[in-house]
Amino acid sequence: MMTFLNNSWATQLSSIVLMTSLGFLSQMTHATSTPQWQQTIDQGAGDTVYWHAWGGDVRTNDFITWVGEQTEILYDVKVKQVKLSSTSEAVTQVLAEKAAGQNTNGTVDMIWINGANFLAMKEQELLHGPFVTDLPNSKYLNLGPNAPATVDFTEAVAGLEVPWRLARFVFIVDSKRVAQVPLSMAQMLTWAKANPGRLTHPVVSNFMGTTFLKQALIELTPDVSLLQQPATEQSFIAATAPLWRWYDEIKPYLWRAGKNFPENESIQQQMLSDGAIDIAMAFDPAAAAAGIASGLLPKSARVFVPSQGSLGNVSFVAIPYNASHRAAAKLVANFLLQPETQARMQNINVLGSFSVLDPTQFNETQAQVFADLPTSEALPTLTELGPTLLEPHASWGEKLKQQWSQRYSQ
Amino acid sequence: MLTSHWPKLLMLIALGMSILLPVVVGLGEALRAAFGILPALGRHSFSVDAWQQLWQLPGLISSLRLTLFSGFAATIMALALAIFGSSWVYNISPKLFFLDKLKPLMQFIMVPVLAAPHAAIAIGLAFLIAPSGWLARWLSPWLTNWTLPPDWATVQDLWGLSLTLGLVIKELPFLWLVCLVALKQINVSKQMSLAQSMGYSHSLAWRKIIIPQLYPLIRLPVMVVLVYALSTVDMAQILGPNNPPTLALVALRLYTDANVQMLLPASAAAISLAMLMVMSILLWEMSVRGLMLVNKVSIRSGERASKWTLLGTILTTALPISFLLGLLSLLVLAIWSITWRWSFPEAWPTSWSFDYWLQLLTEWPLALKHSLITALMSSGLALMLTVIWLEVQDRFGGHVYRATLWLIYLPLLVPQIAFLYGLKVSFLRLGLSGGIGTVIWAHLLFVFPYVMLSLVDSWRALDQRYLSVAASLGSSSWTCLWRIKLRLLLRPLLIAWAIGMAVSISQYLPTLLIGAGRVESLTTEAVSLASGADRRLVGVYGLLQALVPLLAYSFALLLPRWFALKHMK
Repeated sequence: MMTFLNNSWATQLSSIVLMTSLGFLSQMTHATSTPQWQQTIDQGAGDTVYWHAWGGDVRTNDFITWVGEQTEILYDVKVKQVKLSSTSEAVTQVLAEKAAGQNTNGTVDMIWINGANFLAMKEQELLHGPFVTDLPNSKYLNLGPNAPATVDFTEAVAGLEVPWRLARFVFIVDSKRVAQVPLSMAQMLTWAKANPGRLTHPVVSNFMGTTFLKQALIELTPDVSLLQQPATEQSFIAATAPLWRWYDEIKPYLWRAGKNFPENESIQQQMLSDGAIDIAMAFDPAAAAAGIASGLLPKSARVFVPSQGSLGNVSFVAIPYNASHRAAAKLVANFLLQPETQARMQNINVLGSFSVLDPTQFNETQAQVFADLPTSEALPTLTELGPTLLEPHASWGEKLKQQWSQRYSQ
Repeated sequence: MLTSHWPKLLMLIALGMSILLPVVVGLGEALRAAFGILPALGRHSFSVDAWQQLWQLPGLISSLRLTLFSGFAATIMALALAIFGSSWVYNISPKLFFLDKLKPLMQFIMVPVLAAPHAAIAIGLAFLIAPSGWLARWLSPWLTNWTLPPDWATVQDLWGLSLTLGLVIKELPFLWLVCLVALKQINVSKQMSLAQSMGYSHSLAWRKIIIPQLYPLIRLPVMVVLVYALSTVDMAQILGPNNPPTLALVALRLYTDANVQMLLPASAAAISLAMLMVMSILLWEMSVRGLMLVNKVSIRSGERASKWTLLGTILTTALPISFLLGLLSLLVLAIWSITWRWSFPEAWPTSWSFDYWLQLLTEWPLALKHSLITALMSSGLALMLTVIWLEVQDRFGGHVYRATLWLIYLPLLVPQIAFLYGLKVSFLRLGLSGGIGTVIWAHLLFVFPYVMLSLVDSWRALDQRYLSVAASLGSSSWTCLWRIKLRLLLRPLLIAWAIGMAVSISQYLPTLLIGAGRVESLTTEAVSLASGADRRLVGVYGLLQALVPLLAYSFALLLPRWFALKHMK
C-alpha cells in the first residue's frame, strides 16, 4: 500500500504544483485503495466539507482554501471554511444540535481544535471516532505511547482527532529596540524593571494569556512533574506559590501597571508593531516571519524562546459525532497528513507552521522536499527553538485562570 | 363587535408565531440553563449554583459599575447633543464653528457614521486617540519628543471614558436624525415665533416648549440607545477596559469558555444583564418624569430671560468635536484599508497597498450577496409587519398591544448570545437549519423591533384631521392608508427601513449560529478577521459593511425630496 511514491514519480514530486495534476490523482486513488478506504473515497465523492476553523489569520484561511482546491481534484471533495472568531462557537453549534436531538446530518463536518475545547467535546461525547488509524497517511505519524500526536494537553487523543500543525510558544521582539532578550522568567523581571510599561500579556481569559502563565509556572515551580497530574487544591497552592510571588513583583512594571491587558495575541502583536510595547507572544514559531511577510510586523521582528525551552502543543482536526459528511472529512484529514501538504504548510511563504509528521517515516524524496524549503531570517530553526515543554494537565490552566482573576481583577 | 376583533386576533397570532414564540422559547432555554437545567450537558435538576458561581466572579461589582456608568453617561450625552444639534439646525443655538457652513448638508454628513458598523467606528476611534494613534503621530516627534508612544490610558481606561466617547460618537447621528424626523411633526417655527412674541429667549423657548413635545416622540429610540450602550459587545471589546470588562463581555467570555459547563453561569449572567437593562429603563423613565416635573415648575414661573450657561458652552464645543471624531475615525480606517505598513511616529503610512481590496474582489461577492438578500428581505418584511400592526391598531383600537409591545422589544433587551442558543435549539427541533430563509427569520427578530421603534411614534403623531377629512369625503380605510398615511409618512417609513437594513447588515451571531456557518456574510467575514486585529482588513470590510446601509440611508433621505420636487412641478 501507499506505493505511489515509486521512483519515477518521486523524482517529480519535489514540486508541489504537481499535486494538481490529474495523473497524480489516478495514481493516488489507485494505490491507497484498501477496500475500507476505497469505500471512504466513494462515499465522500461529491460532498462539501464544512470545516469550522478560527478565521483570524489570513494565511491560514488561504491555506485552507488551497487544501479545498486540492481535495476537489483528488477526491471531488470541496472544503468550505466556516470562519469562527472563537472555536467554542463550533462546540456550541454541535451541542445545540445534540440538545435538539439532531444526531445525524449535523452541520459541522470538521473542527480545528485542541486543548480545553477538545476536552469538552470528548467529555460530552460529541466526537466521532476513533478514526485516526483508518487514514492511510497516519503511517507518517508517530503514534507511540506519549508521542506528541497522541496527547492533547495531557488528555489522551484516543484516535478522536488528527494532528495537522505544530504550535510552539514563542516571544516576539523588535530586534531593533531590544538588543538583549530576557531568556528566563528571572531575567524577564529584571528586564521589566529596567523597561517599565513595555511588557504585557494577553488577558488571562484568553488562552494566550493562560499560556504565558503556564510557561512561567513551568519555569518557576519546584516540581514540574506535578503539573502532569490533575491539579488538586493542595498541589495547586504549593506549585503556584513561586509564580504568584514572581507575578506580584513584575505586575507594577507591566504595561498600564498591570491594570489592563490586550484582548488577545493579535492585539498584542499590533501593539508591538505600533511601538506601544516591546515583547509580544505567539503560538507559532513562524509568527515573526509571517508577520513581516504580511506587513503586520517590522522587518526587524524576531522570535525567541526561553533557554529552558517553551510550551508546545499540537493543533488537531476532529469530526463531530453527527457530521453530515464524515467520509469526506476523513479524506480532507488524510490529505492534511500528506508529506507534501505538510511541507507546503511549513513553507514560510505559505504558512510556516512546523510539520506534525515523523521525519523518520519519510523516503528520500520526501525528506528532500522538506530540506529544500526556503528559509527566513526571522524563522528559527528547530535547534534554535530548543526543547519543547509539555502542556500541563488542562485543570492547571483552568485553576490558573480562576486564581489570577481572584488576585488581580478588582 | 366580535367581527372587528378578528383581524386583531389573527394579527396577534401571526406575530406571536413569527416573532414572539422563538424569542420566548429561546429565552426560556436560557432561564432553564441559569437554573441548572441543560439536558445536552446531562444537567437535569434545578439548582442555583450558576448564580452563586456568577456572584463569586472577581470584579463583578466593578463590571456593574462600568456598565452602568458608560451606558447612562453615553445615552445622556448623546441625547443632549442630539437635541442641542437639532436646535442648531433650526437656528436656535449659536454658531458651531465649521459645521455652520455644512448646515444644509447636515443630514447627509451624518450618514457615514450612522451607517458604519459599531466595531468599525470603535477601531477607528481607538487608533485615533491611542497614545500610539493618529493624533499622537501628527504631533510626534517634533512636538512631543516621543519616538515611542507613552504608556497612557487614553483608550480602555478603567472608568470606561473612551468607551463612553465611542458610544456618544456612534449614537449621536442616530438620535439626531430621529430628532429631526420627529421635529417635522411639530410646527417648530410657528411655536418659536409665538414664544418669542411673548418675550421668551430662543434657548428658553426651545427648552420649555419644544423639548417637552419632542421627547415623547423620541422616547423609544432613546431606550434603544440606552439598551445598546448597556449591552454592547463590539465597542466594549475595543474601547472598554478588560480586567474586569463590562457585564455583556463577562457573559460573552463565559459563553465562549472552552469549558462548556460555563454555559450555566453564562446564562445567569445573560439573565442578569437583561434584568439590569429593564431596571435601567425604569430608572431612566422615572428620572425623565422627574425632570419634566421640574421643567413644568420652571415653565410656570414664567421666567423669560435665559443665561447662556456652562452647559451651553460645553455642548457648543462637544458637538463639533464628536462629529469630527466620528468622521476622522472612518477616514483613518479608509486610509488603513490601502496601507501596507504604518509605523509610529509617521503621520502617514510608510507603504501602501491595494492588495486587500483586490483580494476581496474574488472573495466578497458571495458574502455581499448574502448580506444584501438577508437585509432587503428582513427589513422589507419588518416594515410590512410594522405597518400592518400599526394599521390594525388604528382600525380596531384596543390596549392588548401595550403588553405585547414590550415582548416585541425582548430581543433587544436580552443579550443575543443568551437566547440564540435556545433559539437555535428550537429552530432545529422545527427542522429548520442553515438555510438563508432561517437566517432572514432570525434577523427579522432583531430588525422588526428597530423598525417598529423608529416608526411607531411618528405614526401615532400623524395629524388625525387629515384622516377625518378623507373619511368624511368618503375614502375607504384602504385609501386612507395608501394615499394619506403612507404618503405623509414616507420619510419616517424610509428611515425606519434604512435602520432595518443597517441592523440586519451588522448581525454577527444570528447569522453564524442560525445559519450554521452556511450563510457567510460581510459581517461574519469581518468579525472573524477582526479577531486577528488587522486594521487594514477591518478597514476594507468596515467600509464595505457601511456601504450598504449608506446607500439605504441616502435613498431614504433623497427619495422624499425627489417626490416633493415632482409634486412642485
